[in-house]
Amino acid sequence: MPQLGQDTLLEIRSLAVEFGSNRVVDDLSFRVAPGRTLAIVGESGSGKSVTSLSIMRLIDHMNGTIAKGEILFNGGDGPVDLAKAPVETMRKVRGKDIAMIFQEPMTSLNPVFTIGDQITEVLMLHESVSRKEALRQAGDLLEMVRLPDARALLSRYPHQLSGGMRQRVMIAMALACKPKLLIADEPTTALDVTIQAQILSIIRDLQEKLGMAVIFITHDMGVVAEVADEVVVMWRGQKVEEGPVDQIFANPQHAYTQTLLSAVPTLGSMAGEKYPKRLPVAVMDGETPRLVGEEHLQDTARYDQSPILTLKNLETRFDIKKGFFGGVTHRVHAVEKVSLDIWPGETLSLVGESGSGKSTIGRTIQQLQEATGGEIFFEGKAISAMSSAERHSLRQKVQYVFQDPFASLDPRRTVGFSIAEPIVTHGLIEGAAARQKRVDELLERVGLKAEHARRYPHEFSGGQRQRICIARALASRPKLIIADEALSALDVSVQAQIINLLMELQADEGLSYLFISHDMAVVEKVSHRVAVLYLGQIVEAGSREAVFERATHPYTKKLLSAVPIADPTKRPDRPMLEGEIPSPVRRVGDEPEIQPLVEIAPDHLVAQNAAG
Amino acid sequence: MASFLLKRILQAVFVVFVVTLTVSFAIRLTGDPALMLSQGAGSVTEEDLANIRQALGLNEPFITQYWDFIKGLFVGDFGRSFLGGTSVSMLISKALPATLALAFSSMFVSIAISIPLGVHAAVNKGKTADQVIRILSLVGLSFPNFWLAIMLVLVFSVMLQWLPPSGMGGFASYIMPAVTMGVILTATNVRLVRTAMLETLRSQYIQVARAKGLSETKVLYKHALRNCAIPLITYFGLQFGGLLGGIVVIERVFNWPGLGTLAFDAVAGRDYPVLQAVITVLSLLIIGINLLVDIAYGLVDPRIRNR
Repeated sequence: MPQLGQDTLLEIRSLAVEFGSNRVVDDLSFRVAPGRTLAIVGESGSGKSVTSLSIMRLIDHMNGTIAKGEILFNGGDGPVDLAKAPVETMRKVRGKDIAMIFQEPMTSLNPVFTIGDQITEVLMLHESVSRKEALRQAGDLLEMVRLPDARALLSRYPHQLSGGMRQRVMIAMALACKPKLLIADEPTTALDVTIQAQILSIIRDLQEKLGMAVIFITHDMGVVAEVADEVVVMWRGQKVEEGPVDQIFANPQHAYTQTLLSAVPTLGSMAGEKYPKRLPVAVMDGETPRLVGEEHLQDTARYDQSPILTLKNLETRFDIKKGFFGGVTHRVHAVEKVSLDIWPGETLSLVGESGSGKSTIGRTIQQLQEATGGEIFFEGKAISAMSSAERHSLRQKVQYVFQDPFASLDPRRTVGFSIAEPIVTHGLIEGAAARQKRVDELLERVGLKAEHARRYPHEFSGGQRQRICIARALASRPKLIIADEALSALDVSVQAQIINLLMELQADEGLSYLFISHDMAVVEKVSHRVAVLYLGQIVEAGSREAVFERATHPYTKKLLSAVPIADPTKRPDRPMLEGEIPSPVRRVGDEPEIQPLVEIAPDHLVAQNAAG
Repeated sequence: MASFLLKRILQAVFVVFVVTLTVSFAIRLTGDPALMLSQGAGSVTEEDLANIRQALGLNEPFITQYWDFIKGLFVGDFGRSFLGGTSVSMLISKALPATLALAFSSMFVSIAISIPLGVHAAVNKGKTADQVIRILSLVGLSFPNFWLAIMLVLVFSVMLQWLPPSGMGGFASYIMPAVTMGVILTATNVRLVRTAMLETLRSQYIQVARAKGLSETKVLYKHALRNCAIPLITYFGLQFGGLLGGIVVIERVFNWPGLGTLAFDAVAGRDYPVLQAVITVLSLLIIGINLLVDIAYGLVDPRIRNR
């Protein structure tokens, strides 16, 4: 049996993992010391998640095989090679010595069992305690992850909890048997920033308390900088670099690490700049990085013209709960008295967390959702006063790019068909040949090739698909594009390229963007102006400079402080963010208090309660 | 819940009304019971026939006859059989348990076979076991059920003499009818369980369950199966209706003293009261099963319960 040093909890030696004949992890080696945090970073397809699933041997159930190498784990009675351990041994290790939390808190808990059942299950399995004792311990665990009213939660079901609460339940479940190693696979990616900050601090505190090691898998360099002791960088299934976190950030050796770090949007990167800027992006071209794009000031906004879109006291509510006689008892107050303007060539960003109403505003403008009050003016004309033909043509002038490039293209249609569809719908170009020419042009415009038109969506990567979605949005020659979290699902280097593409299109075509995002660093990079939304109301709005550099509303400040900074020397000593994002659901008759905006400086509006 | 039940009961009343009206009307187009009754009785005059019709109440207009039937329903009186004058309620009360016993044992056989096979096929998707199970289910699907019944009788009763060929008696008499019905149902059920299971196995909570260190049996039969329950219960419920239809043929083959045999004889003899009663009871059964299915949704899935 191979030996492990006292200071090693887990050592992976030249691991190779295959799906069929496809090798997705190759010659991977690293070491985890007890009580330390190792971050594995890389983009989608780098093999980082497969590595974690291999340690747990969950890839056995996904038709993956460990082709080579050892996964030595020191559980207390000498090292065991998990790569070859029989299933019975693995079952004793899983959940007991090594526990795991996953990315999607909304789907990690079994919807048909209570929280209590799911936590006690693991306690009763590994610790052989009675159900009563297990329930008592489960309550303690929920208190440990700072869930309010922990005992009552035991009899609740997952769907009754928010995403952040569910992820805390997952953590409680993972820590039930005090594992020596916790594997966290993108545990905060699906969460809002303030909730992410909560979860990270909970994991950090409990790690200290229980003395466990953590393998933290993420694509977010900000999170890495905040939590990691050591870092392993993976690229195309291989480790390209490893080292202490300070060293990786201060002095990255491998070209890939360098490009990765250069692509990370960092909060404060635009400080002192008046306009957004296009910056060259380093991308990997084979084994060497190459700079694409050029520096360009984005002074495209035409404030001398009249606004292309104006919202006046927009209000969107929808009824949800019905009473016994079919009467409405509760409403979602998604958007409350929102007023804003977008000028030609301008990027206006809406930022906020889940339930802030930012997506509803986009959907209301695109007439996917009916406004319940207020007015939308497009090019000076109220939508409510438009004829149905005018409304139809409005759909041509306002286009949408959605978050998920995988779900927003019809998998059974060629890419060319999807791009041509708006042209056909709005009768913009007659004749198949002319249409084809326009589709080819559009594909080239977004950085793809004309021959891609005949292919199907599954043949493209996420970034390419988002380019296709942008080409489709451009097809009808719109004036305004609503980009709803359009960059959120993309890897950072791809994200940086798409940002440049959007800016380039803005400069060439004079497009306006309504940019909806929860990612403060990206918003800072792209916006001319910003509006911060909280529970359907704008709490702060103004130029990017004003909102980011002179943030006044406490909620804006809280959002900014919650963003992880991609610099390990600047680990924030932020106060623990408590509580949940409140719900926009209210009883009928319980009207929210409207906070009027007050101009505290030119082009800087703040909700009255915070304006002082 | 109360408004839900009320809605369901009103629905049931409407369904029973439409079904019985259609059936009562349609069967009266197919022949004269008076002629049927007097067959083989030597020379029958037109006067004799008129007397029979008068005695059975068939000279009344259809609406009156139907109204009498409906009135009877409310007091639980289905009238008397045209053939022999036995109380229809008594006939039904004898036949209903026999049919229910056969239907439930068929469902039981089918579920007991199809769940493990379907789960096994899903877990081994694309492998030999999956292929074999899928081919077998296709073969099962292609059998006409009466043919299978006759083959079973031939082998197990005539050749091997292990099982009684017909009639309802002890446990042994249930085996062949239940297996015949069960096999046909199983063929579709296996595929359904497999599909539902494949969907559920892709869920992250299944990975989480495995990461807890649970045994594969617990992962599959506790965590996964319960999440498949909604489509399965829906289908099993719908299937029960079809099963009651199919049972007419099987009861005939095995001479099973159930509602199927009763209905068959009633149609042959134009025994209106019996036929109307059987159809009414069958519709009520199907409605009842579907109501149970809806209630079961809430029991297995808390997300529906709280809505």
